[in-house]
Amino acid sequence: MTTECPVCGAQVELKEGTVVGELIECPDCGTELEVVSLDPPTVNEAPQEEEDWGE
Amino acid sequence: MSKVKASIVGASGYTGGELLRLLLFHPNVEVVQATSESYTGKFVYKVHPNLRKSTMLKFISTNELEPCDILFLCLPHNSSQKRIDEFKNLAPRIIDLSADFRLKDSAEYEKWYGHKHSRPDLLNKFIYGIPELHRKEMKKANYISSAGCNATASILGLYPLFKNGLVEEDRTVIEVKAGSSEGGNKVNEGSHHPERSGVVRSYMPTQHRHSAEILQELSFVKKINVHFSATAIDIVRGLLATCHVFLKENLQEKDIWKVYREAYGNEPFIRIVKESEGIYRYPEPKLLIGTNFCDIGFKKDEFSNRLVVISAIDNLMKGAAGQALQAFNLMYGFDERTGLEFPGLHPI
Repeated sequence: MTTECPVCGAQVELKEGTVVGELIECPDCGTELEVVSLDPPTVNEAPQEEEDWGE
Repeated sequence: MSKVKASIVGASGYTGGELLRLLLFHPNVEVVQATSESYTGKFVYKVHPNLRKSTMLKFISTNELEPCDILFLCLPHNSSQKRIDEFKNLAPRIIDLSADFRLKDSAEYEKWYGHKHSRPDLLNKFIYGIPELHRKEMKKANYISSAGCNATASILGLYPLFKNGLVEEDRTVIEVKAGSSEGGNKVNEGSHHPERSGVVRSYMPTQHRHSAEILQELSFVKKINVHFSATAIDIVRGLLATCHVFLKENLQEKDIWKVYREAYGNEPFIRIVKESEGIYRYPEPKLLIGTNFCDIGFKKDEFSNRLVVISAIDNLMKGAAGQALQAFNLMYGFDERTGLEFPGLHPI
């Protein structure tokens, strides 16, 4: 079962036993993704904790 | 299978030393001779101390060179072209790491280098040395001209965009931040430690010679223009090219991802580095020290069509010796990664 990463468009595999709410990482861009549906397989970008990158 | 007998001409410089380091550990290569006029008769490790106990090779004069399978030329610019017939008589294959045979057009050479080329008849005999662009030609080549370091980072960063006609041809700005080893091992007042240490020195705001290579390799349907600047910063190895281009259409980052994935998805030495978390979100030259990788990242400006492409390499590796060895592997039909597997260090 695969779906598309919403950030980079790569194919992301959802392994057997994956559950809604699980966090996975896109193999291409490394973005943390939240599984929001299994039928159809759908992931959203997981909320990030903001870091202070300003100076 | 017998080993390829390789000799290095001008092996006492930084590029020559890096090439020695790589070739000495290549399973299909025997380094037979290394030349240096300044250090003739001295052990190689006296100049390249990292090679202690790796080789007991001594520098010889170029006049003592014997025939071999391949010559790597690491001479100062404008030297190879003057002695090219002599080198061609010594080896059927040559990889020149200087700028002498990079440009195809002798008028362009004269424009950027300020003098006429000694052997314009040979300019088209050399394959321009970026494997990701010229892999097919390299497999059949006898002569390769290794690309410039700043040019390599810039070209690899922008190639997928220009190849697919996605960006405006006249509005590209490239700013390279470069380490001190890019200037070679000849000292001058500017390289004296109290002067060089801590600098952010604009050493070539315009007219950098590597611009010519970028224009040559990224002009497809029509001749493009690039505005290139280089700044010396306080690192020894590595460079970072920050390239500003303007998209013709309002592409989204996901579209750009697809373009880069299509161009470089199978490339062994190119990595797309663009992450939304962690410390190293974009390419970082220090992580590439000693490696042959070119890391490329990008970010689209949300308020305009500007796309910023960030590209990093080790100037002595992917920008010189590593890329030359990658080309050598292709020439001889070896696995392209042979001798270039080092993944870098962390922390460093």
